[in-house]
Amino acid sequence: MKKFEKLTSAIVPLNIENIDTDQIIPARFLKATTREGFGENLFRDWRYNGDNTLKTDFVLNNPEFKGQILVAGKNFGCGSSREHAAWAIQDAGFDVVISSFFADIFKGNALNNGLLPIQVSDEFLAKIFTKVGQSHGTQLTVDLENQTVTIADTGDQAEFEINAYKKSCLINGYDDIDFILNQKHLIEEFEQAR
Amino acid sequence: MSKTLVEKIWDAHVVKSEVGFPDILYIDTHLIHEVTSPQAFDGLRKRGLPVFRPQQTVATADHNVPTLNQLLPIKEELSRYQVDMLTKNCAEFGIELYGLGHPFQGIVHVIGPELGITLPGKTMVCGDSHTSTHGAFGAIAFGIGTSQVEQVFATQCLLQQKPKTMKIEVNGELGTGVTAKDIILYIISKISAAGGTGYFIEYAGSTIEALSMESRMTICNMSIEMGARGGLIAPDQITFDYIKGREFAPAGAQWEESLAYWKTLYSDADAKFDSVLSFNAEDITPMITYGTNPGMGMGIAEHIPATADQVSSEQASFQKALDYMGITGDTELVGKPIDYVFIGSCTNSRMEDLREVAEFVKGRQKAENVTVWIVPGSKQIEQQAIAEGLDKIFEAAGFQLREPGCSACLGMNEDKIPAGKYCVSTSNRNFEGRQGPDSRTFLASPLTAAAAAITGKVTDVRTLLKDTVNH
Repeated sequence: MKKFEKLTSAIVPLNIENIDTDQIIPARFLKATTREGFGENLFRDWRYNGDNTLKTDFVLNNPEFKGQILVAGKNFGCGSSREHAAWAIQDAGFDVVISSFFADIFKGNALNNGLLPIQVSDEFLAKIFTKVGQSHGTQLTVDLENQTVTIADTGDQAEFEINAYKKSCLINGYDDIDFILNQKHLIEEFEQAR
Repeated sequence: MSKTLVEKIWDAHVVKSEVGFPDILYIDTHLIHEVTSPQAFDGLRKRGLPVFRPQQTVATADHNVPTLNQLLPIKEELSRYQVDMLTKNCAEFGIELYGLGHPFQGIVHVIGPELGITLPGKTMVCGDSHTSTHGAFGAIAFGIGTSQVEQVFATQCLLQQKPKTMKIEVNGELGTGVTAKDIILYIISKISAAGGTGYFIEYAGSTIEALSMESRMTICNMSIEMGARGGLIAPDQITFDYIKGREFAPAGAQWEESLAYWKTLYSDADAKFDSVLSFNAEDITPMITYGTNPGMGMGIAEHIPATADQVSSEQASFQKALDYMGITGDTELVGKPIDYVFIGSCTNSRMEDLREVAEFVKGRQKAENVTVWIVPGSKQIEQQAIAEGLDKIFEAAGFQLREPGCSACLGMNEDKIPAGKYCVSTSNRNFEGRQGPDSRTFLASPLTAAAAAITGKVTDVRTLLKDTVNH
């Protein structure tokens, strides 16, 4: 799994609430049998018209917003459990998603792929949206070790929570399977004791 | 110490619990399908691992299969490849597959219960968020991502934080035309599409206890639509009667042993939940959603809420949803012309649903402007419907009975609602484009969907039920 420690980047603001995984990657694009290439269809129906031309008013199609941090409204990633949503976001070049609330399954899927979901308060989220509205190139610094996210220009900073185990997985680039496989004898003992 | 039902089942499956780490949770049954498994099989190959307990894994093809001419090769190349890949992977890793043409094939959450694979006290997972359906039997069942599918393949375990617990009680008698689907749409409309996030929900109360197993599955199925990983109901005699005699259910001495254990599966009287909510069945009417998440629902006779009445920070998202749906706040939805009716999905595609619809439409005709698809949840249900003559009733009404699969619930196969068209659907999600690019979905019960099919408009089914009584 990809390692993550620290990142300073411009952001792509998507100020919409309840973005479900069907918006992130519609079901009709889930037919691939590998993990790669889903970025092409990230937010497909918001990015493209029916005739495959670009919807120029959508933020991902605005060249003024480029960066490795996606910032979205609350309850991001609700709905279907499709991990393709996390793959698509990552494949499109994002390493961090910031929101004021994440759906459970999406959050787990993101963490399992080295895509860092950061939950901040509604107030801090509003601050980011306001700042980027004023200055499109606004940068954020994400520091996983210290669990902080900072608005570069203003110095406004928020702390975020992350499970200590998941944090060490991200920093070291190892995943749950590595962890459980090391304890396989316990699983066999559990099965025998039942 | 007193425990909730979730805690009892969870604690019985913890392989290891260590402070600062998620629990290692043992998984009894792993259900898989063609869409969320191929990358997990690939992962195993890359690591050089086998499936650790292939006999605890069951596969079917459902998400991406056609619902007409299932025995012919799948026309669409990518879909065919994905379904073929499942067949190949199951053969290579020694997993039982109920694929197209098999008498047990069907929607993964319909066949588990139907075959007696879903049992009280089990831990069950599937790479699909509606795995919560199996909770109706008093099981811990939840949806997982593909990395976790790979984890379960490799270890038969998952790393999981113990969830918080919520109890939702519904008490009282349901009114005419009000079904399990209306109960769950009502609850979601009250607590929002995110209100259950972080929780496992136990449904209880006299209304829930009076429901059939199929209705209980409809309730638990939509737990994820309020953000909850799972929902469950304590098993009782209705549960035991449903399970007994099914294909893979325990039998003989094993049945007695299982039954004795299952009877211990309830929340202790003084068990503490992290949250408790209570609703009255009498307050629930036939429901319909008007917006683009399942929390945007209302009693069908009510007015669509106005944007101005929403919290100011939510007004933009709310108005965006109304615009997408092509509707106006503070107006009635009843009377709105519709184009399609879809009766199916893991929420409402079981015999009870089909029988209820058939009884309602018997002797009636669908409106000319409406296309009606009935997609049964499994091959067994399709066969049973035909054996009971329901196919003839549907045909006479102008409804099309198709072959089993997820179909227009998510529009992965060719069953898509065209852009701009309205569909009254018994499925579980009304997200933008869920049933096809730019399609518009009104979620409702099978009865309400059938009523819309007959009149060609959004209809309060109670007005037609009164007709039946009067004539």
